[in-house]
Amino acid sequence: MQQSALAGLLLILGVCAACAAEPVRPAKPAHDKQSFAEIERGHYLATAGDCAACHTDPGGKPYAGGRPVETPFGMLLAPNLTPDRATGIGAWSDEDFVNALLNGRGAGGTRLYPAMPYTYYTKISRDDALAIRAYLNTLEPVHNEVKSNQLPFPFNIRLTMAGWDLLFFHAGRFQPVAGKSDEWNRGAYLVEGPGHCGLCHTPKNFLGADETDNVLQGSVLQGWFAPDLTGDPRRGLGSWSADDIVAYLKTGHNRISFATGPMSEVISDSTSRMTDDDLKAIAAYLKDQAAPKESPPAAMSAQNNSMRSGETIYVDNCSACHGPGGKGITHLFPALDDNPIVQSKDATSLIRVTLEGAQNVATQAAPTGPAMPAFYWKLSNAQIADALTYIRNSWGNRASAVSSGQVDDVRSEPTQR
Amino acid sequence: MSQKLPATDIVIIGLGWTGSILAEALTRTGLNVVALERGPWRDTSTDFPTTYAQDELRYHIRHDLFLRPAQETMTFRNNANQTALPIRTWGSFMPPNGVGGGGVHWNAETWRFLPSDFQLRSHLVQRYGEKFLPEDMTIQDWGVTYEEMEPYYDKFEYLCGTSGKAGNIGGKKQAGGNPFEGPRARDYPTPPQRQPYAPTLFAAAARELGYSPFPQPSGNLSQAYTNPLGVALGPCTYCGFCEWFGCGNYSKASPQTTLLPVLVRRPNFEARTLCEVTRINLDGSGKRATGVTYVDAQGNVWEQPAELVVLCAFQLFNVHLLLLSGIGKPYDPHSGEGVIGRNYSYQVTSSVDAFFDNKNFNPFVASGAIGMCIDEFNGDNFDHGPHGFVGGGYMGAVQTNGRPILGTRVPKGTPDWGAAWKKVVAENYLSSYEAATHGSCYSYRDAYLDLDPTYTDPLGRKLLRINFDFHQNEMKMSAFLTDRLAEIIQKMGPRSIEKNPRKGPYTITKYQTTHTCGGAIMGTDPKTSALNRYLQSWDVPNLFVTGATIFPQNAGYNPTGTVGAFAYWAADAIVNQYLKHPGPLVPS
Repeated sequence: MQQSALAGLLLILGVCAACAAEPVRPAKPAHDKQSFAEIERGHYLATAGDCAACHTDPGGKPYAGGRPVETPFGMLLAPNLTPDRATGIGAWSDEDFVNALLNGRGAGGTRLYPAMPYTYYTKISRDDALAIRAYLNTLEPVHNEVKSNQLPFPFNIRLTMAGWDLLFFHAGRFQPVAGKSDEWNRGAYLVEGPGHCGLCHTPKNFLGADETDNVLQGSVLQGWFAPDLTGDPRRGLGSWSADDIVAYLKTGHNRISFATGPMSEVISDSTSRMTDDDLKAIAAYLKDQAAPKESPPAAMSAQNNSMRSGETIYVDNCSACHGPGGKGITHLFPALDDNPIVQSKDATSLIRVTLEGAQNVATQAAPTGPAMPAFYWKLSNAQIADALTYIRNSWGNRASAVSSGQVDDVRSEPTQR
Repeated sequence: MSQKLPATDIVIIGLGWTGSILAEALTRTGLNVVALERGPWRDTSTDFPTTYAQDELRYHIRHDLFLRPAQETMTFRNNANQTALPIRTWGSFMPPNGVGGGGVHWNAETWRFLPSDFQLRSHLVQRYGEKFLPEDMTIQDWGVTYEEMEPYYDKFEYLCGTSGKAGNIGGKKQAGGNPFEGPRARDYPTPPQRQPYAPTLFAAAARELGYSPFPQPSGNLSQAYTNPLGVALGPCTYCGFCEWFGCGNYSKASPQTTLLPVLVRRPNFEARTLCEVTRINLDGSGKRATGVTYVDAQGNVWEQPAELVVLCAFQLFNVHLLLLSGIGKPYDPHSGEGVIGRNYSYQVTSSVDAFFDNKNFNPFVASGAIGMCIDEFNGDNFDHGPHGFVGGGYMGAVQTNGRPILGTRVPKGTPDWGAAWKKVVAENYLSSYEAATHGSCYSYRDAYLDLDPTYTDPLGRKLLRINFDFHQNEMKMSAFLTDRLAEIIQKMGPRSIEKNPRKGPYTITKYQTTHTCGGAIMGTDPKTSALNRYLQSWDVPNLFVTGATIFPQNAGYNPTGTVGAFAYWAADAIVNQYLKHPGPLVPS
């Protein structure tokens, strides 16, 4: 995988010289960078885009950068976005900023790596981009030199991104879809643009670009499976109402599912701080995503050995919280029956949660933050595999069996998460 | 030498039930609150996860959640003729340690005291005359009424989600509840827990004898509940590991499951753990607290200045710190003068063991507070005239624990170990039962706390000395309650019963309850109480004290419901009176 990616990139290097990004339009002179409303709008958009997720190092100053961003090709450090002139973006013109956000080009035209999701941000309107810039200008300047590029050769050569951009980057602002409601279009803008949901939830090809035929169908990254967000009734959002989606993004959980892992941060720093109208718009758009045409696997027989062993493990270790019928407890323990994450095609997140435990994100609206204990020390790979196979095939659930090898893979993976 | 920290608005000493309640109420005002906790931070899933929380050896036998006596202990003697010796392993009670305090490892039996309990002396004198009371009994009125406390009981119960059945709503008796309870504004937030078999049999027997059995109010919840702060609790799974254990299911009300998730989000709240407060500092006048001095885990000494100090540690340690800080006049049992250490009281428990044939009680199906009780013999619910004692308690079949090691009962005369013991345990495990009484403990002139003249703690401070024994009044009461309980148990048709009334002398080596009370009591007279009716120190008005420390004597109930209610009562007084006009809330 790593080698073929390398070969692909080297190939592209040879082919591509320079690829013109969309020319930047001149700024509207009416734009008032000092307007409180404009700055607050920028603040809101920076929140919706969750810029701080990468650009704030935990324990560091807001937006001062330095946080490691893991990619399949190596490590990048998110740059300093504060207005410090020497180490931040204080010396950048507005045009530099807009060019970076919308076209993936740093000051002086250098190529950004798409870990910075300009492939999504390109849909952000120019006005919104300038509002974000106006907000960033109000931050305390922090002197923090960040050497972003920590990638190994040849990925550390930024010019390689020219080929990547040529193949996978389609610059252009969001265009409303005629015939869809304003709410739907607002949702589409947020999901496809600032929200950059697909960065995690859309499967990637071998060069780390979105598989455009499988948008939002779920993807593995950073040791977690970001679930399917299409209308698939079994493993997507088909069984969720728009209200379920809003509750999940606002509070961190709903009647079915509880956010944990990397999504915790998204909810805590971004979606829980968005307006209800915007969350409803996101829900309206997501509820309109067609499900991939795939028939579910046949349910496993309750007499299967793994299922029988899994049931006893479930009763002893899981049922006190998740209930004998997998119904969970409202606001506290997720339901396992009819839960799309439980039935996802990839069981990585389920295995990780069982091994390491998990804490539901706490929000202003739902401060509890209940947690599940770790089982890595208590259950063997085979026991966890059987329990998860049982959970994935009980109470109406239908999903592939989990093998002890899969559990071992997650267990063996070094993790800092 | 201590290092002086920047001043804060309010310092709270101890982050258990009352410290958390006060911190929640006081941070709401926008003021900065620093809580100093001697023990570690504790959180449900990391510190008592379901994967190993039910470990009787670790928690019950090796006292994992409690303070270590090597860290801090107290000396004990029954009377002035003895020399007090240090407690080197906990026995009669279990001093808590760490965030959540006793709220982590309580049974969650959540009672209100009776209306007459709050006017105890005047009520008893009026009904029976002064001479009916033992001469050395020093019981007092609290200085508040049940009616005043009702909204605060309500607040605590709705914080916890307490499961129960009201017996009296607004003066109207409710079938199935406790007919003796004071009027409450509304029912419990959640219905009672489901009863196991033995409590059901007990209730039937009690009804046959003309009593009115009711489910014990429980902080182990019957169903999922979200409290007014937005914190969610789950239903109890009846695992039977409550007392001395943390709950891994989020179903036992504790600071962790009701308050801390909200508190930790408040930017004006800070908790410093593993920080032991050694002294409340006073200014030159001795009338004003300037803050506290504490020692951190590395042994560094810090001074934390503050405008207001709230003392929320465990009952015994509150008194210890007041004595060490020179606040209030220490109590002298010879003259009867002084207030710090005065009116130390406890709880008088007893039990009846019953052995049945052909019964299966499934004793492993348990919760800290599921059971059926009667209150006919509590407080002054019955005429004490013919009996020659005062006080009383509730009694009932409460299936409080399902612990397999120490939860086994064998008839008297069974060998203590070996094959014969095992055989009898196996025969009786499912079909024996222990029912209990939970009696009041009134206060006496010779029951008090002071500083030990000989022994010191690792920081060189004098240990607290407990001077305590049971008195004839309490032992008569216990015999009476135990007999009444035995009559009910007898109706359940056992093969044999064994009565275990409480007898003297009091011993600190055998567990009874952790309900130590008093020592810095509230009242109306600065000569006989350390605190005014708002739990404000008479001597140092910017110091408030909470917990069972404030009880002038103990009633026939578990104290936590009342401790929680008084925490809310004090919080209300601080927020709505003291902060507006700092100074004494009651003229002394």
